[in-house]
Amino acid sequence: MPRKGILVDRPYERLTREQVELIHQASMQILTDPGLISFNREAVDILHSHGAAVESIPGDHQSWQVKIPEQVVLSAMNSAPKTVKLGARNPDNTLIMHGDEPRVYLITGSETNIWLDVDFPTYVNKTDPTREIRVPEFKPRRGTVDDLCQSAHVCEHLEMVDGYIRTVNIQDRDITEDNKDVNKFFASLNNNTKHFMSGLTSLKQLDNVVRMAELIAGGKKALEDNPIISFITCLVKSPLQFVDDTTETFIEVCRRGLPIVVSSSPQAGTTAPIKEAGIMAQINAEVLAGITLGQLVNPGTPVLYGSVPVRARMDTLGDSYGSVETSQYNIDCVQIARFYGIPNYSTSGVCDPKIPGQQSSIERLFSDIVVTMSGPQFLHCAFGLLDCNSVFCLLQAVLDDAHFKMIEFFLRQPRVDQPELETMLKQIREVAATPQKLYISYIRPLLRSGEISGVYPFEGDGEADDVFELAYERMKELLARPVEHIDRETTARIFEEIPGILPRLNIYESGS
Amino acid sequence: MSKDIIAAIKKNVIQGRKTQEDVGIDDNLARTPGVVELVQQALEINISPQVIITEGLTAGMQVVGEKFSTKEYFIPDMLASAEAVGAAMDIMRPVLEAANVETKGKFAIATVKGDIHDIGKNIVAILLKGAGYEVHDLGVDVPEEKVVEFVREEKPGYLGLSALLTTTMTEMGVVIKALEESKLRNSVKVLIGGAAVSNEFAQEIGADAYCVDAFDAVRVLEGYQQTG
Ligand code: B12
Repeated sequence: MPRKGILVDRPYERLTREQVELIHQASMQILTDPGLISFNREAVDILHSHGAAVESIPGDHQSWQVKIPEQVVLSAMNSAPKTVKLGARNPDNTLIMHGDEPRVYLITGSETNIWLDVDFPTYVNKTDPTREIRVPEFKPRRGTVDDLCQSAHVCEHLEMVDGYIRTVNIQDRDITEDNKDVNKFFASLNNNTKHFMSGLTSLKQLDNVVRMAELIAGGKKALEDNPIISFITCLVKSPLQFVDDTTETFIEVCRRGLPIVVSSSPQAGTTAPIKEAGIMAQINAEVLAGITLGQLVNPGTPVLYGSVPVRARMDTLGDSYGSVETSQYNIDCVQIARFYGIPNYSTSGVCDPKIPGQQSSIERLFSDIVVTMSGPQFLHCAFGLLDCNSVFCLLQAVLDDAHFKMIEFFLRQPRVDQPELETMLKQIREVAATPQKLYISYIRPLLRSGEISGVYPFEGDGEADDVFELAYERMKELLARPVEHIDRETTARIFEEIPGILPRLNIYESGS
Repeated sequence: MSKDIIAAIKKNVIQGRKTQEDVGIDDNLARTPGVVELVQQALEINISPQVIITEGLTAGMQVVGEKFSTKEYFIPDMLASAEAVGAAMDIMRPVLEAANVETKGKFAIATVKGDIHDIGKNIVAILLKGAGYEVHDLGVDVPEEKVVEFVREEKPGYLGLSALLTTTMTEMGVVIKALEESKLRNSVKVLIGGAAVSNEFAQEIGADAYCVDAFDAVRVLEGYQQTG
C-alpha cells in the first residue's frame, strides 16, 4: 500500500488552459531560438543524433549552441512515464505519482550548510528580578553526519513527511568529496525507511550508492521494482545552459533507469525575466530540454518535472523564497507539468528569515497552503529550512509537520450527501425538542475518530507563547523513539562492499 | 453480584454511557446496559443508594475528573458522564427521600432578565446535576420576581445566576436586593458566573461567590457542603 499523501479534490489553478498553451508554444520557440548552450559534449552528440541543430561556440570553454526542434521534444515527452513510483525501505512508504492526479506527497530537504541548535536560557527582569522568562536562542553551526542521522530519524517519525531529501550538508573533518555520497546515503537510509532522494557530489560514487541501494532493496531486480532511492539534478543552469558535470551525472543516472528529477531553478529578475510569462516560458523550456535528453538516453526512464522558480530579493539579489511571486511561479509550473501529464516536483515552505519566528511561520505557511492546493505530486516543502535554503532547524521541521497536518485536514473532501443530511435532520429535530438545545452529545462519537481537528498542538497553558518549548519537547520525544535501522547482516555487507562509510555509522559495531 | 454491578456503574460513568443506546469510548460496550439500567438493577436487588452513589457514581466521576485534568478527556466526555450521573440521581431521588437520606441539596439556576445566553448556564446545570445536586433550571431572561418566588416556594439552598452582557449583569444585583427585601437572602447561597462578571463584581453586589466555570461551581459548592 503506497502512502496516501494529500489528494487535492479541485486543485487551485492560476492559469487558463489557453495561457498554459501559450507558454508551451513560447517554450518551443525558445528551444530553437535561441536554443540552449551546452557545456557537455555527450548531450550535444545525443541531441544532434536525434535531429537537434548543433553549432560549436568559439571560446575558452568548449560549448555548443543546441537547437531542439519541437518534434524531438514532443516525441521524447511521449516516452516519459506518466506514472512514477518511488519506492522505500518500508514498502508502506512507497510513493505512486500519476501526472494527472493531484495527489501531493510532502518531502523534506534540501541540503543546507548550517544546522541550527536551540537552547532556552533564562532571562531575569532588570527592574523586578523575581520575574524570569525562558527565551529560545538559536545557534548556527556547520552540519555533520550526526546531524543528518538525527534529522533522518526525526523525519521518520514526522507523520506528514512522505519522503526524505537530506536536510543538511555533512561537513565533518573526515568527510571528503570521495566519501561524501556513500555517507550521506547510508546515514539517511539507515535512519529513515521512507523514500530517499539526493543529488550526487561525485559521479564516481554513483555505482557505490546504487550498489548500496541494491543491497538494501534485495538485489538489482528488487531495486528496479522498488526504487528506494532517486536522484535530483539541476542539469540546466538558467538561463538555458546545460552544465557539463551535472549533465554527465544526469545521463549516467538515466542509463541506470533510476527515477530522477530534472530540476531548474531560475531566479526571476536575474537569471530569468521578472515577469511571470517570461520566467514560465523559460523554465518550461529548460525542464523540457532536460526531460528530452533523458528520454533520448533511455526511453521510458522515470523523470519528474522539477520546478524551483524563485523571485530575486531586491536588496541582495539572493533568492526570495518568501516572496509571494515565488508561490505564483510554483503554482504555474504545477499546472504546466500537469498539461504534459508528467509528475511534478515543486517547492514551498522555504522562508527568508534566519531563525524560526513569526516571519518564518507566516512565509512558509503561506506558500505551503497555496502550493499544496495547486496539487503538485512531489512537494519539496522544505521541512525546517530557513534563510532561503541555507539553514536547517529540526525544531522548525517539527512545527512544519504540525502545520501540514492542518493543511491536510483543510483539504479533506466535504461529506454532504443524502444519507448524511437525513442523519443531520434527525439530529436537528431531536435537539430542537430538548430543553437545553445543545448538540454536545453528538460530538462524542466523533471525538476520537479523527473527524474533528485538534487544538494547535503546541499551545501552552498560560499567557506566554510556549510554542517553541513545546515543539522542542516533541522533537526530543521523537528522537527518543527508536527507528528501524538496516539489519545487521545487510549493514555488514554494505560496510564490506562499499568503501568509505565512516565506521562510527555502523550501529552494530560502534556500540552506539 | 452487587460488587459487579457497582463496578459496572462506575465503569459506565467513566465511559459516559447514560443508557444502553449510548456509545461509550470503548467499542465493545455497544448495547450493554448503561448507568440508568444498571442503577435500576442495583435498586431492584436492594443495594443501598449510598453505596451506589459513593462507590459507583461519585467514584466514576472522580476518575472522569482526573482524565479531564490530564487532557485525556474533553468537555463533551465530562458532560456525557455528568448526564449519566444526573439521570441516575433522578431515578434514586424518590428512594433517597423515602429513606430520609440527606441529599446535596437543591440548586436553582437562571440567566438574568434581558439576557438570553444559556450555553454556559446549561453546562453548569448538567455538571451540577452530575455532581449530585437537584438542579432546577429556570431558563433565560428570568425576571427577579420569578427568582424570588421560586426561592420562597422551593427553598433551594443554592441559587446560580448567569449573565454574559455588561448591560444585564446589573440584574444580578437587582435579584440579590429583591431577595433581601423578601427576607430570603440568608436562606440561599448566591453564585454568579458568565463572561461579564468577576470576583470584584460579586463582592460589590453581595453575591456569595463568583465561579469562573462549571468546575469552579462544583468546587465552591463542595466547600459549602464541608462547612455545612
Ligand atoms: C454564543 C454567544 C451568543 C449566542 C448565544 C447562544 C446561546 N444559546 O447562549 C447569541 C448569538 C444568541 C448571542 C447573542 C448576543 N450576544 Co453574545 N456571545 C456569545 C459568545 C460568543 C459565547 C458565549 C458562550 O456561550 N460561551 C461558552 C460558554 C460555555 O461559556 P460561558 O457562557 O462563559 O459560561 C461558562 C462560565 O462563564 C461559567 N458560567 C456562566 N454562567 C454561569 C452561571 C453560574 C451560576 C456559574 C456558577 C457559572 C457560570 O460557567 C460556564 C461553563 O464553564 C460571547 C463571547 C464570550 N467571550 O463569552 C458573546 C457575548 C457574550 N455576546 C455579546 C453580545 C453583545 C451579544 C448580543 C447583544 C449581540 C447583539 N447585538 O444582538 C446578543 C445578546 C442578546 C441578549 N439579549 O442576550 C457580547 C457581550 C459584550 C458585553 N460587553 O456585554 C459578547 C461578550 C461578545 C462580544 N465580545 O461582543 N451571543
